[in-house]
Amino acid sequence: MSSVYSRSGRIKPQGSRSELAIWHLMRLSGLGLFVLVLSHYLILHVLYDPAEQDAQWIAQFRWSSMFWRAFDWLMLILVLFHAFMGMRVVIGDMTRGRLRSLLTSGLYLLAGLLFVLGTFVVVTLPNVVPAG
Amino acid sequence: MLVRYRGGEGMLAWAFHRISGVAIWLFVVLHVLDIFLVGAAPDVYDSLLGFYATPPGILMEWLLGAAVLYHALNGLRIIIMDFWPRMTRFHRQLWYANWVVFVLVGVPVSIVIGGQFVRSLQRFFG
Repeated sequence: MSSVYSRSGRIKPQGSRSELAIWHLMRLSGLGLFVLVLSHYLILHVLYDPAEQDAQWIAQFRWSSMFWRAFDWLMLILVLFHAFMGMRVVIGDMTRGRLRSLLTSGLYLLAGLLFVLGTFVVVTLPNVVPAG
Repeated sequence: MLVRYRGGEGMLAWAFHRISGVAIWLFVVLHVLDIFLVGAAPDVYDSLLGFYATPPGILMEWLLGAAVLYHALNGLRIIIMDFWPRMTRFHRQLWYANWVVFVLVGVPVSIVIGGQFVRSLQRFFG
């Protein structure tokens, strides 16, 4: 018997504008991360050997251009949104009631902290010009 | 559970997406904290990079790459089905296409990371 689909497609969130907006933003950030994260991994883990990188290498070379700082900051924003909204779905599936709101609040707090720390270092790290 | 529950490809695709997503989330938390140390405590960052360059660290890097690649490809599959609902009819074929691309990209990347692994062993024993 051929399969019969009563409805084609997957369910979108209904009845909440903010949930629908998050649903769209998950897909948009996912597309952005497809490009940013895969090229990040290709450059820093395949083309360069991570064993040859250290704090000095980042200050002198990797973050010597505004382009890579902006690239990494955009990736930070998209990855924090995408990863933490994804974890919110996982927590929503696995917990109920007070535990769910407690864990979700903790999640947002951690995301905020990581945004502050990541933004701080990408903005303030001095660009060390190599000698010679 | 994954094998005995007869959910088929769609269920496996979902389970792998969730497992890889949680694993990547864990690494993102670690990775933002370690990059913060580049400015705050470069010495601590360098010693953590020392761990990343050991054989277990390289193995973790390889598994992370596999998780990211799977999650990225399956994410594209989800986007295709969500914005082009008739493609849900071909969700299995799309998933198999994911694995074809996964292997085509994964093999050359694994060869490069295999080289890093050999060098990490040489550092460890040499």
